[in-house]
Amino acid sequence: MAIDEIKIGGMGARQRRVEDNRFIRGKGNYVDDIVLPGMLHMEILRSPVAHARIRSIDVSRAWEIPGVRLVLTGEMLAARNLAWMPTLSYDTQAVLATDKVRFQGQEVAAVVADDPYIAKDACEAIVVDYEPLPVIVNPDQAMAPDAPLIRDDKVNQHDNRVFDWEVGDRERTEQAFAEADVVSTLELHYPRSHPSPIETCGSIADFDRSTEKLTVYMTTQAPHIIRAAVAMVAELPEHMIRIISPDIGGGFGNKVPVYPGYVVSILASILTERPVKWIEDKTGNLISTGFGRDIYLKGELALRSDGRILGVRMHTTSDHGAFFSDAQPSKFKVGLMHSAFACYDIPTAHLTATGVYTNKAPGGVAYRCSFRVTEAMYFQERMVHAAADDLGIDQAEIRRRNFVRDDDFPHRTAFGFLTDSGQYTKCLDLGLEAVDYEGFLREKEEARKQGRLLGIGISTMTEPLGAGNSREYDILGIKMFDAAELRVHMTGKAILRTGAKTQGQGHETTWAQIVAHELGIPANDVVVEEGDTDTAPFGMGTYASRSTPVAGAAVSMVARKIRAKARKIAAHLLEVSEEDIEWELGRFYVRSAPDRGVTIQECAMAAYSNVPDGMEPGLENHAYYDPPNLTWPFAAYIATVEVDPETGVWDVLRVVAVDDCGVRINPMIVEGQIMGGLTEAYAMSSMQFITFDADGNCIGSNYMDYLLPTAWETPGFELHEVVTPCPHHPIGAKGVGECATVGGPAAFVNAVMDALKDTGVRNIDMPLLPDRVHRALTTGADVSGAPPVDPDAP
Amino acid sequence: MYPSRFRYEAPTSLEEAIALLQQGAGEAKILAGGQSLIPLLKLRFAAPELLVDINGLPGLDHLVADPDGTIRIGALVRHEHIERSTLITERQPTIAAAAPLVADPIVRTRGTFVGSLCHADPQGDWAACMIALDGSIVAQGPNGRRTIPAREFVTGTFENVLDPAEIAVEAVIPPPQGEAHGGYLKLERRIGDFATAAVAVAADLRDGQVSRAGIALVGVGATTIDAREAADSLVDGALGPEAIDRAADLAAEAAHPRSDHRGSASYKRHIVRTFTARILTQLDRSTQKAA
Ligand SMILES: Cc1cc2nc3c(=O)[nH]c(=O)nc-3n(C[C@H](O)[C@H](O)[C@H](O)COP(=O)(O)OP(=O)(O)OC[C@H]3O[C@@H](n4cnc5c(N)ncnc54)[C@H](O)[C@@H]3O)c2cc1C
Repeated sequence: MAIDEIKIGGMGARQRRVEDNRFIRGKGNYVDDIVLPGMLHMEILRSPVAHARIRSIDVSRAWEIPGVRLVLTGEMLAARNLAWMPTLSYDTQAVLATDKVRFQGQEVAAVVADDPYIAKDACEAIVVDYEPLPVIVNPDQAMAPDAPLIRDDKVNQHDNRVFDWEVGDRERTEQAFAEADVVSTLELHYPRSHPSPIETCGSIADFDRSTEKLTVYMTTQAPHIIRAAVAMVAELPEHMIRIISPDIGGGFGNKVPVYPGYVVSILASILTERPVKWIEDKTGNLISTGFGRDIYLKGELALRSDGRILGVRMHTTSDHGAFFSDAQPSKFKVGLMHSAFACYDIPTAHLTATGVYTNKAPGGVAYRCSFRVTEAMYFQERMVHAAADDLGIDQAEIRRRNFVRDDDFPHRTAFGFLTDSGQYTKCLDLGLEAVDYEGFLREKEEARKQGRLLGIGISTMTEPLGAGNSREYDILGIKMFDAAELRVHMTGKAILRTGAKTQGQGHETTWAQIVAHELGIPANDVVVEEGDTDTAPFGMGTYASRSTPVAGAAVSMVARKIRAKARKIAAHLLEVSEEDIEWELGRFYVRSAPDRGVTIQECAMAAYSNVPDGMEPGLENHAYYDPPNLTWPFAAYIATVEVDPETGVWDVLRVVAVDDCGVRINPMIVEGQIMGGLTEAYAMSSMQFITFDADGNCIGSNYMDYLLPTAWETPGFELHEVVTPCPHHPIGAKGVGECATVGGPAAFVNAVMDALKDTGVRNIDMPLLPDRVHRALTTGADVSGAPPVDPDAP
Repeated sequence: MYPSRFRYEAPTSLEEAIALLQQGAGEAKILAGGQSLIPLLKLRFAAPELLVDINGLPGLDHLVADPDGTIRIGALVRHEHIERSTLITERQPTIAAAAPLVADPIVRTRGTFVGSLCHADPQGDWAACMIALDGSIVAQGPNGRRTIPAREFVTGTFENVLDPAEIAVEAVIPPPQGEAHGGYLKLERRIGDFATAAVAVAADLRDGQVSRAGIALVGVGATTIDAREAADSLVDGALGPEAIDRAADLAAEAAHPRSDHRGSASYKRHIVRTFTARILTQLDRSTQKAA
């Protein structure tokens, strides 16, 4: 009698993604697809230099070009108190430069014209007189005693330091190091990268003078935060602002911040009283919008000779570019860096962190990661790898000896997080078996005799996904929870809205599956809508793998509220008391007479046609969900590689991934997320980075230089799963979108380092470009990847 | 993409095209596959007043061998056409080895062999093959046709000897002196990437002796480099470890790489050496096996 949950597309169903239908047909509706009557086009003029004082800006020739409607400079913005805007990290950022330009690609002026060609022509007609200043592209330069001051706009800013921050127990950790048998140290650089969504950022601002309403179509992962930000920056009443985030062509954290282009397009629409469209080009996106990583580590592990880790000491130096605009929970200066080592049972840890300004683009976004967790786990797993080598212990064994045990949850980590569940050893062992660890070690030994270099790399980690809870996680004071609203129509079909915003994650499919699971309404009968602040309930948006842990939980909770009301209606229809009603998927029945029942659809109809006396009609509700804690998925990634000793080129032989992200709602989507993440992990380790020359020129400003791997070079992935349900999530799910990007890179790098073990090289910074690997092989020395790139190196 | 304003013409005869180019007086550009020109227009690195699209010209899409073994590649032959050509796979090993390494499959469906030569990018793959093969380019202009050796065709980075009103109509590869052998190796960071360094080798063999050889280097100089000494060192001898080592060393010496984000100068030089040796060793092995 009960419905087959898989058939209705409920929990565990490999539903095809409903959104793909329109995407594959080219029928998606992105910001650039939207055309409004009378719309004008905006282009931004960017600085060609990284650090310079602006002597003058001459816009007269731009105004002369027919079709130009508006030319804006920083000076004109300053007159409206809009030349600077607040960042998500309590700093300020220039909207259009007034005094200086502080990075290559910085926004200097904007032109609004009848078409984008004219706007671009007019940008070229603007003459800016720059007085060059010395350029800083790395923390060493930034902290040098005679370094030029980048942020001379700020009072009380006397050097290029952004912050000093610490967490953990300094004294206890010092004690642990004093008692250690061996101290293993490692210095690493996690290079700057860019999330590089295929769709760049853009907006259409439409201010209607007659209604005083501002509608902004915009590429944002977090429409509600943007509405609040626009209300504050532009001093417009929040109810008169409508942010619409239509289909988004990938976000990866890049579309969380507020960018100057959005702000200027809004002002331009207010001034021209016409809709103004701004679509960034690819180079503009790569050189000016939120980057990821760019952080240095000095790491130390206090070790007992049997492999037990007694203490962790980390010092990070993060390069934030010209403005501190990291998108992260405000309390933490280097994101959740201190989630490092959470999967290991370690008595004590201490982290100090310094942030610096440089003449590079601002933005430190959580590129497919939960706020610097990617860096944390990379550092962790590289340090563990080096420690195993230092101790002469097997790579798998050192991890087993330090894992938090299955029966030791909830577990308080050395840095103070509370992890809730996991089966770490089981995951690792499953991976080792899948890759045939022992067999590979033998093969590697055989190959070595023939001069071939094989290597195997392991990376295991648990990471905190799904911020909040609201006690600890807020952005500029706005608490990190989410809401969902469900309306069941009288025929049993439904519309669900959440405050999250899908950008490829498949919410339209997954949320409907959660509703199907909770109510027995087929997933195909539920339409999911997100991204319009006038219709969607509040939410903090989609990033940091937080949608399923937070918004997804809200979906469950609202469906349960609906079910509770439907139960009352069922009792009324069945003429029994509510206590006598039982629920099975999609149907209420009388406990003593299971044949007597009503379906959820029948309850829906009754909600609009036959409600019990005194009951409010309708079947709609909403729910806010404030998670009690983060969710902690675990993963074990294992890669095997072969390095060509003559060229330094390395090929991936196999990648085995074991993910435990709790209960999987749509396993196919989960697998897609893991494969996408592994692809990005491979990208980071092998090719994808942004660097700078000594003059601050961005190298990686287009897709010829910023390398995203294609299907051609991406290795195949072998996926495995373990399921440890999250004890506090309503359906036992944990975040997963970012696990592989976070945990993956170290597996590849560790594999190459394993292949190079005999050379004595301890580290090559990512990406492991063939020339770096070759240099390490021939010199036996570590290879640093810190900018600047030296064009005159031998 | 928002390029500067330009006029667009699509002539249907060679004469018409040449006349348009003459009118353009140096401000006109030929549009072939567009795979180099369009990106330049997009970035506004190039802002020609007139684009003369030659894709509609008749009689330029031939990929044929003359009775004497000369191979002719018309100006509208796409990279993909070459990659799939049995004529090439059977007769021209250097070109055949390079074909799947040029750009990516999408670019290869549009980009032309001759357009690549005209573009004169020091990182272009085809110019190196043509130099190694002693090939030439046939150009037609207001004053008729002329044939230009590939070695003399390029005058600098992105510069060639063509007059503004001349159109390169075909590339010509002379017949081998004996049996055609050769290879192409390219170090690229990713498919569709230009070469960090690449080596084209052509060696004609007669009775086990090298009768003619050419070696050209990609991405290690301001233009494609003709490693003449390296190639000459092979002529009139048999291949073998010593000859290969010598040629590889000479090829590495001929390189003038610069350090950049693709790799250091010394690394690129090392790759030239390694790849030259690898191609020749492979060639030596395969000919010995055949014999
Ligand atoms: C993503 C990408 C990756 C690439 N990777 C590689 C690579 O790895 N290796 C490589 O070698 N190339 C690469 N290329 C370049 C590609 O091979 C181009 O196709 C080729 O360089 C130019 O050929 P085209 O027909 O597209 O010429 P166009 O772009 O149309 O023209 C290029 C130039 O040559 C001139 N020209 C073209 N045809 C003629 C003619 N018949 N007579 C006179 N002048 C002419 C044009 O006026 C223009 O100045 C890549 C291109 C892209 C977009």
